[in-house]
Amino acid sequence: MLALALLLLMMALPVQASPVQDQSSLRDYYRQHFPQLSLADYRQGVYAIDAIARSSWTAIEEFPPYEPAIEQGEALFTTAFNNGSHYAYCFPDPGIADQYPKWDKSQGEVISLPMAINACRVAHQQPPLSYQHSDMLNLQAFMAYRSRDKTIATDIPADDPQALAAYQQGKAFYYQRRGQLNFSCATCHVQNAGKRIRTETLSPMLGHTNNWPTYRLKWGELGSLHRRFAECLEQIRANPLPEQSVELRNLEYFMSFMGQGIPLTGPSVRK
Amino acid sequence: MPLTRRHFIRKLAVATMALVASALRMPTALAFWKAEEFAPGTLDATLAKLVPQQAITDSDKITLTIPQIAENGAVVPVSVSTTLAEVKSISLLVEKNPVPLAIRFELSPDVEATVSARIKMAETANVIALVETANGYFRTKAQVKVTIGGCGG
Amino acid sequence: MTSIRIRSKLIDGKTQLRILITHPMEHGRNRDKLTNELIPTHFIQELTISRNQKPLINCVMAAGISKDPYFSFMLKGGAVGDSITIAWLDNFGNRDIAEHTVS
Repeated sequence: MLALALLLLMMALPVQASPVQDQSSLRDYYRQHFPQLSLADYRQGVYAIDAIARSSWTAIEEFPPYEPAIEQGEALFTTAFNNGSHYAYCFPDPGIADQYPKWDKSQGEVISLPMAINACRVAHQQPPLSYQHSDMLNLQAFMAYRSRDKTIATDIPADDPQALAAYQQGKAFYYQRRGQLNFSCATCHVQNAGKRIRTETLSPMLGHTNNWPTYRLKWGELGSLHRRFAECLEQIRANPLPEQSVELRNLEYFMSFMGQGIPLTGPSVRK
Repeated sequence: MPLTRRHFIRKLAVATMALVASALRMPTALAFWKAEEFAPGTLDATLAKLVPQQAITDSDKITLTIPQIAENGAVVPVSVSTTLAEVKSISLLVEKNPVPLAIRFELSPDVEATVSARIKMAETANVIALVETANGYFRTKAQVKVTIGGCGG
Repeated sequence: MTSIRIRSKLIDGKTQLRILITHPMEHGRNRDKLTNELIPTHFIQELTISRNQKPLINCVMAAGISKDPYFSFMLKGGAVGDSITIAWLDNFGNRDIAEHTVS
């Protein structure tokens, strides 16, 4: 009798798929929709599936407008802090963008690369940079450039249930409908990936986190992933969220894990 | 990426800047740029200022490479090349831009008649490549769709 | 830092030249997001390209050229050691000049 009650109880509890199962079923879904694409192809975002957009993008990538940012980022990276130390003390290899976002057990939160850059500054008695500041973006551009062709290494450590919880929160956010248009991220980028909305092709989610920071032609300047998240939220008439807020970091964590293994291409040009 | 080469070039630029500036004889007055060519107006009004009697011949010897749909009207990559003889200049005009003339490249005989640039387009319009030669003016055109996208535009 | 970046490549007896310039190329119809004031025009008007001090290309343009302008040319002939000079002048009277050695 007790065994039956227990069995019924277990059946009633929602059983979440593991992150690895989520990743696998999402990739199966995309494989069915885009059979011509390998995992690495997704690094090009919408350009992997829209030939006309791709031709324009290829022309611009011949001498891309983010190049000055890489140089400026390198100059910043190699300039000593007031206390004589350097960013290299925190990042011996600047090509470390593949490691972020990552779960930090001691802090109990997801750490993104911009946060890690600021943590390095604060540890060396430098004031943290605003996340939209050009120095912050240029540093990211340099580190992303050095990380090119490394693959997204984000994982969900098994030894910390809080990491899994952050992942689940990010996933819930992704699939939650919101805003006046009542879209979830998945509405466009999973269910309707590859279809057109007016003249734009909707890109799949895989490859959304590997190309940052990005020189968006719309912005005419370099910007961050979280800036793009906030913009997307505004475009579906939902409340935007602040850069590096917990929700957006958890969202990035979920998306990055889904894209685990995709080569990094930052900094990049996008429309 | 040759970043170290760029550092070297920067040092070289500093060293040669004074010498080069004097040799280049940059005009202090705007000897070449004319406000009337870049004034707002229609395409026809602009062409009337650029080409005497608007005597322009359509030519299939001009190749205009430009995307059919612009990802973003702010940055549209375009290339023009031509096999016409004795080219003096290549101009790019955008029919529905407030200022139709985007650029004129004046090319010496030591330069191949092929150029690339990135132009702005206010809306869906014809882009015209206008080639000036010793034998007159020639053109070709292509239509580029510029629209606001569903979400990201 | 220079506003002009130059790349060259010797191909089949010709010199391919690619130039990327940092410049707002403001057309004067944008408004400042905070003050709503019109942002004044600010664009490159002239661009000249010389090889070994000989002017080869003169460009006149306005704000119909994209922000952070890019140009590409193909010079006839050319050799390692050629000195390419790029100079621009904008409507504020600002100038910049950069030199590049073909390698």
